[in-house]
Amino acid sequence: MSAHDHADHDHDGHAHAETTGHGSLKGYLTGFVLSVILTAVPFWLVMTGAIDNKQATAFVIMALAGVQIVVHMIFFLHMTPSSEGGWSMLALIFTIVVLVIVLSGSLWVMYHLNVNMMPSMQHMREMP
Amino acid sequence: MASMAKTAGDEPVFYLKDEHDHAEGGSTMLGFWIYLMSDCLIFAMLFAAYGVLGGNYAAGPAPKDLFDLSLVALNTTMLLLSSITYGFAMLAMNRDRVAATQAWLAVTGLFGLAFLSIELYEFHHMIAEGATPQRSAFLSSFFTLVGTHGLHVTSGIVWMVTLMVQVARKGLIPANRRRLMCLSLFWHFLDIIWIGVFTFVYLMGMLR
Repeated sequence: MSAHDHADHDHDGHAHAETTGHGSLKGYLTGFVLSVILTAVPFWLVMTGAIDNKQATAFVIMALAGVQIVVHMIFFLHMTPSSEGGWSMLALIFTIVVLVIVLSGSLWVMYHLNVNMMPSMQHMREMP
Repeated sequence: MASMAKTAGDEPVFYLKDEHDHAEGGSTMLGFWIYLMSDCLIFAMLFAAYGVLGGNYAAGPAPKDLFDLSLVALNTTMLLLSSITYGFAMLAMNRDRVAATQAWLAVTGLFGLAFLSIELYEFHHMIAEGATPQRSAFLSSFFTLVGTHGLHVTSGIVWMVTLMVQVARKGLIPANRRRLMCLSLFWHFLDIIWIGVFTFVYLMGMLR
């Protein structure tokens, strides 16, 4: 990667080189084809109703979205465990942990709040 | 790196008197990545808000009444195409081809504009039908989430035009390369957020 030589100054044995990968034409095209497939399939599933069960469809399109996010991370963002000396991956893992806590926590708490705070007709009748 | 360097007097030193110099921009990519991660958390909040409020229609229109999936599919195509053309711009940059880089950036910007136009058309259409952000909690959270993504795309396009001017004036100097790499991360990141939007908002909305 001759374009990168400018950044490869070595200070006291540790280099501050830009370590984000650049990808290749093949990599970008692979990522593009994969993401087109992973986008077209969920749209097709929902638009045609190919799977009768709505819950199963939802599960499948969520799984496909997860796979597509990973594909974009690898082929477009060039994430590798070693980019930026591992710090990118560490920041990403931390973000995912916070993200899971925020999303699952909000949905869980607010779902139960709704269920418990809205009296059903049964409860209303039992009320004094 | 204030490791315990031994001095001549054999006393342990826990700090460095002179900060050794770092290459200019050496930490930019990591810093920008950390910015993106914090931006990701903003979107996580908005997704959580939509997840909680997305079912509260207040007797107003539901996703099924509002969303046109073929329009969303077209929109998604625009953003996907802009991702691959930005990739081509980066490949041209690596081969030191200024004209090709600029051309691919312009194509990417046009796809971005197409995406924004379709989104604005969709918003206009919804608002004209009375589905304004004030109508229900579902619509408030919908417009906040999708609108924030649209604003990000808008600023990405402004940034792209700025960089095209920079590259035209100064060429592919190291600073411009670094900026283009940051924008590359930003642009692909927005595409990833859009995967979440079309899956959770549009497709799951139609399934409700």
